[in-house]
Amino acid sequence: MRDPARREHTPDAAREARLVSIRREAEKKGRLVEQGVRPKGAPFPKASPETGYYGIPLLKEPQWTWEIPVYFFVGGAAGAAALIGALAKVTGKDEGLARDARLVAAGGGILSTGLLISDLGRPERFLNMLRVFKIQSPMSVGAWVLALFGSSAGAAAFAQVVDDRLKIGPVRVLGNVAEGFSAAMGLPLATYTGVLIGATAIPAWNHNVKTLPIHFGMSGLGAGVSVLELMGHDDSPALNVLGIGASAVESYEGVQLEFKRDSVNRPLKHGLTGWTTRLGSVLAGPVPLALRIIASASGSRRLRRAAAWSSIAGSILTRVGWIYAGHESARDWRIPLQIKETPSTPELTSRRDIPQMRAG
Amino acid sequence: MSTSTDFETGHSGHTTAFLTDSTLCIGCKACEVACKEWNGVSADGFDWSGFSYDNTGHVGHSTWRHVKFVEGDPQPGFGGNSGETISWEFSSDVCKHCEVAGCLEACPTGAITRMEFGAVYVQPDICNGCSYCVVACPFGVVQKNVEDGRAFKCTFCSDRQRVGLEPACAKACPTQSIKFGEINELRNEAQDRLQELRARGIEDATVYDPQDTSVGGIHSIFLVRGDPRTYNLPPKPEVPTIYLKDGWRSAGIAAGMMVVAGLAAFLSTPSKNGKRLEGAAR
Repeated sequence: MRDPARREHTPDAAREARLVSIRREAEKKGRLVEQGVRPKGAPFPKASPETGYYGIPLLKEPQWTWEIPVYFFVGGAAGAAALIGALAKVTGKDEGLARDARLVAAGGGILSTGLLISDLGRPERFLNMLRVFKIQSPMSVGAWVLALFGSSAGAAAFAQVVDDRLKIGPVRVLGNVAEGFSAAMGLPLATYTGVLIGATAIPAWNHNVKTLPIHFGMSGLGAGVSVLELMGHDDSPALNVLGIGASAVESYEGVQLEFKRDSVNRPLKHGLTGWTTRLGSVLAGPVPLALRIIASASGSRRLRRAAAWSSIAGSILTRVGWIYAGHESARDWRIPLQIKETPSTPELTSRRDIPQMRAG
Repeated sequence: MSTSTDFETGHSGHTTAFLTDSTLCIGCKACEVACKEWNGVSADGFDWSGFSYDNTGHVGHSTWRHVKFVEGDPQPGFGGNSGETISWEFSSDVCKHCEVAGCLEACPTGAITRMEFGAVYVQPDICNGCSYCVVACPFGVVQKNVEDGRAFKCTFCSDRQRVGLEPACAKACPTQSIKFGEINELRNEAQDRLQELRARGIEDATVYDPQDTSVGGIHSIFLVRGDPRTYNLPPKPEVPTIYLKDGWRSAGIAAGMMVVAGLAAFLSTPSKNGKRLEGAAR
């Protein structure tokens, strides 16, 4: 049910009297005379410094919808594509690649905006995001970066289409300026999402804040390269070199995570979220790395395409895995309570039986 | 302590706070009822938790005051408990209204603001339901009502405080377990009460008021018996903005790596412009 805009209430004598009557009623009835019925031998847990408050999660789970991990992927690929296009143009190495990169960046910008808006609880209020700019809020910084990226990438792509047909010099210049600006905005767009989830109260996320932006940035670079390759640029040697670089860093990040042996990282390594993250790491790291090295020796376009698909799948799975690992992490009350795990510590139960946990 | 009911006096000009004293709480839930009635918060439904007499569980979008029922080992002589039954302690939980509030820092729309008396307030006409505050709160307080689309939490009865009234929960509390007043006075009162309880042999009484962490103190101080962790009160709550420096440094490194890798890739490989033109000519 949608509540009407909940406004403030004006105190008056009647409402004050009602509050007093609640107190009077509590005084009369709100006293426990004796204990209620307690089934003998029932497994009633206790609240204690070792178990916390009946194992009820202290933190709230993230309430983002499926759009957010998809947006992380799309935004990362689009931001990287804008950079790739601008560099292909500035170095004068590949005009065709620069042209397609503008289209990928613009399309990704539009798609990202749509995904972000549809995730909002009140989508019609999406412009409130641009009401203020708060440097201390990665969500605010990200909204502005996306707005600037989307408009400049869109302008660059539009200028490209116009210039291709009409050959207008000033339009070409404006398009190049917009392209440069979108590449500059593409860098934070591809990396801020790591800061966004890293600077939260969720332990599995903030514990990895130093590596998440690099991880997500490289994942975005790999995805951007792959999308362009699948558009027909699977013979570009520069893209293969970039793909090798991105998947090499992703392999390194994956190995680093495997070697971290603390309980905070458990949701990233165990269970469904752990295996999703791990599968994403493998598909974005070692698999395309090997395929691309073989492809650069043999010149096989089929291997390049296989590497591209693997990178894209890995990039999506990585973001999904990280987001849902955050859900698992929020449910583990022991980390914010600094409870050391002992054999007597109860198993991590998700406590989905709590009424509000279901509704939330 | 401000217990004025004179509507004309207006806001006192002080920074205010709650002191929730669990040694006085009888678990009557009058605070929950008064809060819901005053603020027009919807019901949670009649669900049984199945593990204690607490069937609400935690504060959330539809529960701004929540009485915790802490059941422990038998403690004869305390609170009227007989020797063989479990001891029962109650503590009414609420938004902590942090001095440095994670939700307020994270809010991208400016919907979450600081009121003149220190409250952290979500403006319902501005919130667009991005749910970033939900993951920014180190106490797990603020929550999005998925059906409504916006985030909700305790308003510190800002509407009442503005005209000089105490919050509804404090007014309805029959045992003065929920005290409301100027923050420094309440901090002193908490220490006085602690000494009093200790003098009476209640050695495990503790004041929960984390001032030495990055949240820089809270406007909802708690007096509990035993380890605050039993009440799901974190020993070291941190505002997530402390992670920003590391995060943006890493983002800068990542951006640098992307630019360098991109330049290296294009400069080290042969140009493809000629080939494309050939292809187009064919």
